Amino acid sequence: MGKPTGFLEIARHEHGYAPIAERITHFRDFVAPLAEPAVREQASRCMDCGIPYCHRGCPVHNIIPDWNDLVYRGNWREALEVLHSTNNFPEFTGRICPAPCEASCTLNFNDSPVTIKDIECAIIDRGWAEGWVQPQIAAHRTGKRVAVIGSGPAGLACAQQLARAGHAVVVFEKSDSIGGLLRYGIPDFKLETRFIDRRLAQMRAEGVEFRPNSDVGVDIPARALLVEFDAVVLAGGAEKPRDLNAPGRELRGIHFAMDFLSQQNRRVAGQKITAAEILANGKDVVVIGGGDTGSDCVGTSIRQSARSVTQLEIMPKPPVHENKLLTWPNWPLKLRTSSSHEEGCERDWAVATKQFLGQDGQVQSIQIVRLEWRASNGRQTMVEVPGSEFEIKADLVLLAMGFVHPIHEGMLQDLGVTLDSRGNVAASTDDYQTSVNKIFTAGDMRRGQSLVVWAIREGRQCARAVDEYLMGSSELPV
Amino acid sequence: MTVSRHPSSTEGLYDPRNEHDSCGIGFVVDIKNRKSHRPVGQGLEILANLSHRGAVGADPLAGDGAGILTQLPDGFLRAECARFGLTLPAAGDYAVGMIFLPRDPRCRAEGEAALERAIAAEGQTFLGWRDVPTDNSCLGHSVRPTEPIIRQAFIQRSPDCPAGDDFERKLFVIRKQTHHAIWSCELPGRQQFYVASLSARTVVYKGMVLAKNIGIYYPDLCDPRFESALALVHQRFSTNTFPSWSLAHPFRYLCHNGEINTLRGNINWMLARRHNMKSDRLGVDLDKLWPLIGDGASDSATFDNALELLLAGGYSLPHAMMLMVPEAWSDNPLMDPKRRAFYEYHAALMEPWDGPAAIAFTDGRQIGATLDRNGLRPARYLVTDDDQVIMASEMGVLTVPEDKIVKKWRLQPGKMLLIDLEQGRIIDDDEIKDQLASAYPYQAWLDATQIHLKDLPAEIGPMAPDASTLLRRQQAFGYTQEDVRTFLTPMAVNGEDPIGSMGRDIPLAVLSSRSKLLYDYFKQKFAQVTNPPIDPIREELVMSLVSFVGPRPNLLDLGSGGTHKRLEIKRPILDNIDLERIRRIEYHVDKAFRTYTLSICYPVERGAEGMARALEDLCREAADVVRHGNNIIVLSDRSMDADHIAIPALLATAAVHHHLIRAGLRTEVGLVVETGEAKRVHDFCLLAGFGAEAINPYLAFDTLSSMLPGLAQKMSETEAHEHYTKAISKGILKVMSKMGISTYQSYCGAQIFEAIGLAGEFIDHYFTGTQGVVEGVELPEIAQETVRRHQLAFGDAPLYRHALDVGGELAFRIRGEEHAWTPETIALLQHAVRSGDYQQFKQYSRAMNDQRDRLRNLRGLFEFRFTSEPLSLEDVEPASEIVKRMATGAMSFGSISWEAHTTLALAMNRLGAKSNTGEGGEDPARYKPLENGDSIRSAIKQVASGRFGVTTEYLVNADALQIKMAQGAKPGEGGQLPGHKVNDWIARVRHSTPGVGLISPPPHHDIYSIEDLAQLIFDLKNANPQAAISVKLVSEIGVGTVAAGVAKAHADHVTISGDDGGTGASPLTSIQNAGSPWEIGLAETHQTLVRNHLRGRIAVQVDGGLRTGRDVVIGALLGADEFGFGTAALIAAGCVMMRKCHLNTCPVGVATQDPELRKRFPGQPAHVINFFTFLVDEVRELMAQLGFRTFDEMIGRADRLDMRRAIHHWKARGLDFTRLLTMPLTPADVATFHCEEQDHGLATALDHRLIAQAQPALESGQSVQIETVVRNTDRTVGAMLSGQVARRYGHPGLPDDTIHIALQGTAGQSFGAFLARGVTLDLRGEANDYVGKGISGGRIVIAPDPTSHLRAESNIIVGNTVLYGAVAGECYFRGVAGERFAVRNSGALAVVEGTGDHGCEYMTGGVVVVLGRTGRNFAAGMSGGIAYVLDETGDFALRANKAMVALEVLNDPEETLKTRISPDEWDNLARAVLPEDMLRHDAHRLQILVARHYLYTGSEPARRVLENWHDLLPKFVKIMPTDYRRALQDMQAKARAARLDEKAGLAVGA
Repeated sequence: MGKPTGFLEIARHEHGYAPIAERITHFRDFVAPLAEPAVREQASRCMDCGIPYCHRGCPVHNIIPDWNDLVYRGNWREALEVLHSTNNFPEFTGRICPAPCEASCTLNFNDSPVTIKDIECAIIDRGWAEGWVQPQIAAHRTGKRVAVIGSGPAGLACAQQLARAGHAVVVFEKSDSIGGLLRYGIPDFKLETRFIDRRLAQMRAEGVEFRPNSDVGVDIPARALLVEFDAVVLAGGAEKPRDLNAPGRELRGIHFAMDFLSQQNRRVAGQKITAAEILANGKDVVVIGGGDTGSDCVGTSIRQSARSVTQLEIMPKPPVHENKLLTWPNWPLKLRTSSSHEEGCERDWAVATKQFLGQDGQVQSIQIVRLEWRASNGRQTMVEVPGSEFEIKADLVLLAMGFVHPIHEGMLQDLGVTLDSRGNVAASTDDYQTSVNKIFTAGDMRRGQSLVVWAIREGRQCARAVDEYLMGSSELPV
Repeated sequence: MTVSRHPSSTEGLYDPRNEHDSCGIGFVVDIKNRKSHRPVGQGLEILANLSHRGAVGADPLAGDGAGILTQLPDGFLRAECARFGLTLPAAGDYAVGMIFLPRDPRCRAEGEAALERAIAAEGQTFLGWRDVPTDNSCLGHSVRPTEPIIRQAFIQRSPDCPAGDDFERKLFVIRKQTHHAIWSCELPGRQQFYVASLSARTVVYKGMVLAKNIGIYYPDLCDPRFESALALVHQRFSTNTFPSWSLAHPFRYLCHNGEINTLRGNINWMLARRHNMKSDRLGVDLDKLWPLIGDGASDSATFDNALELLLAGGYSLPHAMMLMVPEAWSDNPLMDPKRRAFYEYHAALMEPWDGPAAIAFTDGRQIGATLDRNGLRPARYLVTDDDQVIMASEMGVLTVPEDKIVKKWRLQPGKMLLIDLEQGRIIDDDEIKDQLASAYPYQAWLDATQIHLKDLPAEIGPMAPDASTLLRRQQAFGYTQEDVRTFLTPMAVNGEDPIGSMGRDIPLAVLSSRSKLLYDYFKQKFAQVTNPPIDPIREELVMSLVSFVGPRPNLLDLGSGGTHKRLEIKRPILDNIDLERIRRIEYHVDKAFRTYTLSICYPVERGAEGMARALEDLCREAADVVRHGNNIIVLSDRSMDADHIAIPALLATAAVHHHLIRAGLRTEVGLVVETGEAKRVHDFCLLAGFGAEAINPYLAFDTLSSMLPGLAQKMSETEAHEHYTKAISKGILKVMSKMGISTYQSYCGAQIFEAIGLAGEFIDHYFTGTQGVVEGVELPEIAQETVRRHQLAFGDAPLYRHALDVGGELAFRIRGEEHAWTPETIALLQHAVRSGDYQQFKQYSRAMNDQRDRLRNLRGLFEFRFTSEPLSLEDVEPASEIVKRMATGAMSFGSISWEAHTTLALAMNRLGAKSNTGEGGEDPARYKPLENGDSIRSAIKQVASGRFGVTTEYLVNADALQIKMAQGAKPGEGGQLPGHKVNDWIARVRHSTPGVGLISPPPHHDIYSIEDLAQLIFDLKNANPQAAISVKLVSEIGVGTVAAGVAKAHADHVTISGDDGGTGASPLTSIQNAGSPWEIGLAETHQTLVRNHLRGRIAVQVDGGLRTGRDVVIGALLGADEFGFGTAALIAAGCVMMRKCHLNTCPVGVATQDPELRKRFPGQPAHVINFFTFLVDEVRELMAQLGFRTFDEMIGRADRLDMRRAIHHWKARGLDFTRLLTMPLTPADVATFHCEEQDHGLATALDHRLIAQAQPALESGQSVQIETVVRNTDRTVGAMLSGQVARRYGHPGLPDDTIHIALQGTAGQSFGAFLARGVTLDLRGEANDYVGKGISGGRIVIAPDPTSHLRAESNIIVGNTVLYGAVAGECYFRGVAGERFAVRNSGALAVVEGTGDHGCEYMTGGVVVVLGRTGRNFAAGMSGGIAYVLDETGDFALRANKAMVALEVLNDPEETLKTRISPDEWDNLARAVLPEDMLRHDAHRLQILVARHYLYTGSEPARRVLENWHDLLPKFVKIMPTDYRRALQDMQAKARAARLDEKAGLAVGA
């Protein structure tokens, strides 16, 4: 399988990007994929490991060595079959996943990992282009009805699996369009909405019914679903953003990242923005929070012609190179520079916001203090460095410090499901059942904020659990 | 003897079925049949001198048994009987029974009465009893309680029974009837009743007596009136010592040295013949003989039983022996056609009794001996000028003046020696066999009856189905993606059984939560120690896949051949066309055959519960169709479909096979299996092992056809099918040869498997006679698994709509099989040892140990019984002591990189623990400590079958020497290091040539039996008396008994390896399917050793899949002193389980020699040290909880383990570890852990005297001359002295001939073993086996005694396996050598005047000159060195194995070739320096060596060659390995290029 000496002969070669000057002028995808022969060559670097660490590194357990081999041999259609057997939406993960698989690739230990994510994306893109992606319509209907609440990656994966098992699935979405975080949380330049739409078309063909503008717990009494449906899956995400309670927080110009990002996606989609517009053009933008959402804010701000963009992170600057002896094959803490960062922003680490300063109720700058992190009893604690305070200009502050848990008010409270200590809906990964009979939960609503790929995994596993619950056994794969 | 006769057969894991024996045999005969006491006395003397071939157990006076068979001493008996008033009739008219009677008076009386009744019933007259005098003062204390009362019964022939054969037949019937009567009574002690002999011709005296004491125990034997013309003697070395008088040899007709591997099958087939056997001679008496063979008797006893039947049925002794132990006839171009026809005809009558065997036999009128087809046991004989023949396992057992000897020879493979006393002459092999082969027109009979399948008209086979039907069938029959990708694809492409690396870390079938095929519940058994595996590639000439399909002829029908049609197939795998030929044979072959296809499928609605009924119906139907005259049954699952479930083909086959055996119908029908299920080699082996004479894997063929478009190589369907068939055939040969079985016919039905995880009742019912120890699933679960597969295939699961199940057995996959080593466990372990974080290590071991949800191994179901009062950690033995019990596994430098190898060594040395060289030598640079005091020398030096790098210097630089009998991942197999991996460095360390591939033979060619192992242990101990000698075994049922034998062979240490041990490269068949878990093997070993009171003498190490501190503690509780870690230690050092060791592409620099990849090696000694430190910390924590202060007190405390029933597991809930956790009940003073020393018997070694006399040489290099006589009991002469040389002077040693030792007499085995440079052994006389083993620079000269009148070049001078593993040195043998001369020679020069079979096998270097005839298969597997053979008859090419060598003429310039050398120049020529360039100067090199041979031995052939150089030189054939030549040319080209570069460089510089 594979080419035994491929990794010794061929260097890692990733996809390219459009030049920065060009790509920041629009909100479209700017990836330049490799040509087919080059992808196959890259796939031949896979060593067909006796223990494929990538296979476990990948949350959906993509059977990476197998499809690498198939791609290497040019057997794209079979590769797609294998890929789809673990992942409902490889076109999403192939674009926006941080690729823990590549971190765990054996070649990442002392060489450069296989370009797994690129290959995944190439397989599914080719699948769509060739028309190989077809609806898989269940041969038998079970007569069971399942409600899935939330149309993010967890809800969609769950719904698709359940529909394929023959259940009648209805997806409820509070927003006006289906897709949840995929549609409004991720900028178009990273994931264009057309990719989402064609998947939804497939799901519709498979029998999934979508109900947008249906905020369960608000528009629809949550308990009513328990009457109408044989099972209910809660996949509403972890939408409660972490706030920053510093003096001056009330000033204008300080926004949660998600509000900023979703507005831009609506703009791109040609939708009307009903709320006050948040725009970065000509402004000094400060993004607080060093994660992926923060990075999305950076890229979006740049495309909106911000004057400057600065991103702040409370944790110390991670090493550029991790100590692989102690981290591989796990996901390492290391300095990550995204395409958005490359487009021009300042980054600063180990800093905390002392206060927001402004004039006329509009934020103008932030006072910041440097931190020192100390290890004690195996835990890191932070101490402010005395006298290190300084100020930076800020017309627009975007808070991208993550999400704390799902929104409790409304649906969750109505249903009365038990929450875990972190405020997420309590359920185990064995059966995904909440404390209330018939009610299941998956995705960020259960595990807290996480990656799209984790959401897909949970959605799939939850679907199997629901199927088992409804039918006594399940043939759905996990 | 039956199992139930054993007093303690049911305890724990001990099972008397596993006993093995092997031994020394001999006979003395007066050819002219002159009776006297002399042969008896000589027989006793032989026994005394064969003592070293026997064993003593814990009780020094308790040998394993010895005995003597003589003619009936009429005069003696007549006189003795007269003393109590019994007058005997004339000789020939009375018989004597030698009876062992129970001590229990009631039972004894019943035994005597039973005999008398049987005599009367058969119309003979009972005359009376004689008490045989015995002196039991020489019996050991453990034997005395078992001593029977020994009496002789006298029986008069009735007038209506003719004397001679008819009377003997009657006596046979009487004996059988008596045994049946007494063994079936209920009296205590009945098992003791035994008739040692009952004959009018011969009598047997035997018992559990030391060989030298047999004459003391039986004073009769020393009475001068006790006269016989022959004496047949035997000294037994059994693995066990449970005293058994009946199993001592000789039996009634024979004694045997060796092992019958195919015993189970032979017993089954004998049983199966019952109804189809008829005999004119025996008539109605035939029925009285059943049961013919007592189940549970030893292989030799069983063989004797079968032989008796054949003799009673009218076969002559030699005829019967040829039938049971045929020569390798099938592809021998040198065999006379008539003889081949004889063997071919008889092949259909009976399957060979296969295995290493030297059998000496007599009926009192003829005496003889024969050797198995492969010549795996030694047997030498001599003829004197006063008409005596003396035959024995070795020479020197009787002192015979040299001038009285007229012939010295050896038994050759498959050959027979026969002395007919009535004719008063020796009848040689050719004469006997020609005579028998001409007795009937066998060829004509064959022509009339033999049908070759391929000669039948071609039929049309079915075509493969469409893709979706194919997929469903594949799924129903358990195909996985791995099967297609990893098994079928390589087989189709290369025609080879695929290779993999690292070990098996997936659960046993019974523990797996997945549905497994029934094949997975069986493990292949393999030969270790008690018999050798065979090399099916290099020794192909003894292997045969020929199978007969259809009814077998009546075994006892002599002389009416030519009527019974037989269908022969060349190999047991049938393609679809072949199967159709068989199905339709009735219409082509004159109605001789009728084939009936029996479906093994049943309606799906009957479900799993319906399978039992379906099997019953199937068996009944099978018997019915046989009774209706069908004589070939095709068991078929072709009709499996959505509505029909197929019974697992193996289950159906075994069930029908055994049902037909029980019904006595089996030999009336052939069994062919048409199945979609069989796909891997292991599957076919099981079907064969349980009775399939031929197999058609139609679905595998269909699958191959469907794969064709996707294969990288384009090939036709026929080619792909043929490749696959070839790969499977080769694979079957390999599996057979692992057990030392050479013919498919014997393998078929031989059940060479153990069951793991099948319930006893299930086995007894369907797989009768197969062994298993942990219970497990029964039919409902097996049926459930089948039904699950069927449902999956015909269900609608999305995952399986277009794809097969992943499998995941060979590489970790989600939805696949569980593995112990996962990304998590490896990451946790590596991060822990690299960061030194013990808490993280605990996480690792928790992940490994916690098997509540996912069972992986038997110990996962163990639970500790902790004490209620745990100790504090300080009270537990310190870690620094416990860590000394740890070792790393054997991994060679070559299989792993220098960096990995030295990292492990350094770490273990720092810890005070041990690392292991593996098979591949050790760079001498490592013997010296590093500057900082660290050492990278491996404490354990391995001695494996290839003997690579095993120099005397290597041996003396060891703390322990490990003899690798088997490797967990590939027991019973050899190995191969391909030429491209043998770089300069590795070649230097292994004393081979860079670029030339190296082959490790499957067996050690100096270990074919337990007493051979004792000899190698003795050899190594001599070379390095300070080193502990260890023997590495692999866990399988019966390993405990082998280990007991190993302990009795004086090993200090034994390793029991689990089947999941790692490997650099092995066939996947072996990795996955051979051997058993260490828990079973270790427990059996410990229990057996303790029960035999041997445990204290030997340290027990366990390895193969140990991973955590818990594993260590469980190992200790089951009986291990020490612990080996291979994979886990390697992972600590950076291995990531790529399983690519065999591809040299290891990306972390562990298992590779690629310099670039080696740079990536991440390991540090500290990591390995952390691993073992953490491990021992865990062990100590558990010890504290268990309340053990010291490690020793924990060993063997199986009572502190409990079994956690896997009640929720659908399969594992049937497991039962009671036998595993049994603690043998022994007196308190019997050691249960290693705490005593072995007595190696070195004190009396001749070498002590040699060393004393050689002091001037050892201390200051002065020359010394020593003279001494030598006897056969002086073994391993020169090794201890050489050890001293190597300690002081290393491998370079002393200047040649510094210590010159002149010896006279017959040298014992291993003469000149490991002889160091500077030592010369100059022997006048002869030597036995293993001369010059591992010689490391010394010189050995052997020529006949000056008083001998023999023509030396026509007589034998040295035994078998001479120069095995020779590294350097030179040897001159004035006479002929036995089999396997210079096997695995890697550098010695040798001249000899003739050799047996397999000369220069596996040779990799050195030069061998043969001035005479060689045996067959010369140069098999020879990859280096050169041989020159004087081929005056011009037929050498027929006897050479040309697979790896070219036969050429000598290549010197004309002058050298033609130059005549005058005799006065011969001395100078002999002293000339040998030319170095091995590509040139053949004639010159030959001249020098022949001149030396002449100079040292006065050889007549050498003189003739030198004198007739012109004429004889063209008759020399040069044997040149093709790889060797290429490698030498490459090296020269490189050297030339380097020189040119240098010159060019100089020119530029100038």
